[in-house]
Amino acid sequence: MGSSMSFHIADVELSSRFFLGTSSYPSPHVLQQAIAASGAQVVTVGLKRQLAAATTPNGQATQNDFYQLIRQSGARLLPNTAGCRTAREAVTLAHMARELFGTHWIKLEVVGDEHTLQPDPFELLQATTELVRAGFEVFPYCTDDLVSCRRLLDAGCRILMPWGAPIGSGQGLINPYALRTLRARLPDVPLIVDAGIGCPSDAALAMELGFDAVLLNSAVALAHQPVQMAAAFKLGIEAGRLAYEAGIMATQDMAVATTPVTGRPFL
Amino acid sequence: MNHAGHILITVNGQEQTVLAGTHLADVIASAQLAAEAVATAVNGEFVARNDRVARALLAGDAVFTFQAITGG
Repeated sequence: MGSSMSFHIADVELSSRFFLGTSSYPSPHVLQQAIAASGAQVVTVGLKRQLAAATTPNGQATQNDFYQLIRQSGARLLPNTAGCRTAREAVTLAHMARELFGTHWIKLEVVGDEHTLQPDPFELLQATTELVRAGFEVFPYCTDDLVSCRRLLDAGCRILMPWGAPIGSGQGLINPYALRTLRARLPDVPLIVDAGIGCPSDAALAMELGFDAVLLNSAVALAHQPVQMAAAFKLGIEAGRLAYEAGIMATQDMAVATTPVTGRPFL
Repeated sequence: MNHAGHILITVNGQEQTVLAGTHLADVIASAQLAAEAVATAVNGEFVARNDRVARALLAGDAVFTFQAITGG
């Protein structure tokens, strides 16, 4: 079988196409087990401005517990710029992330709408341009708009991460046409569906569309059994990729008989 | 200038009076934060760890410290 889960992204070979978020798990232990069950080799992390009162160690204890376990997982870290509304904020946070996490990878989030958390394409492009020049590997959280995506590539992005649906909504792929179009028009660009995935069949569909990987968080973290759900997503992603590589049959408007009978059974 | 020899700054949004000539590294140390456990910015601009010692703070400066957390 010629199929392989291995692929290259940002000059790194990965054997898992599942990128997992680390937020909102019921405990550090469950997070640790979920990472293991997912097989993910890339996990997302974040930065948070410390509260004045939390500059005492107590306020940071829980977050530190989570973070230490993430470090121990051995997964590659992909820090995000969650919460940023302007390019300036995102650029500053990206520089902080590079220092704090020791990686030049950045999941660039610049949000333009409070209700949908839709990426702001203009601020995103500006931040991308600055960060690429500063040596970052930018993983832009973007919409599925083809022309906006092209501008990000022009600015030096080597990877695109279009949304499937609004962050945390669990709606799945609300615009498969746009995602198919991206895949068709940008055949050589690593594409990762990021955000909105609700269940493993959503992830499988993204992979069947030819996307290179899937990034999700809430669908695992908020499951009743996060570890089991992480394993389910792993299977879904692998199944979708296998199907894509195997070649999915063309759909037909009318029935096409499968049993090779000779006319009707009785003349 | 708050009073002779002192300046008023903010640290993560909270006002703080420090000696004039205080550097960013001093503020981090006085907050009992491990230097490598936080990233810092002054007035919205990133200040690298190695530059904190030389970054003198001025009256009105806004210091921010960020820590690693989980994220999606």
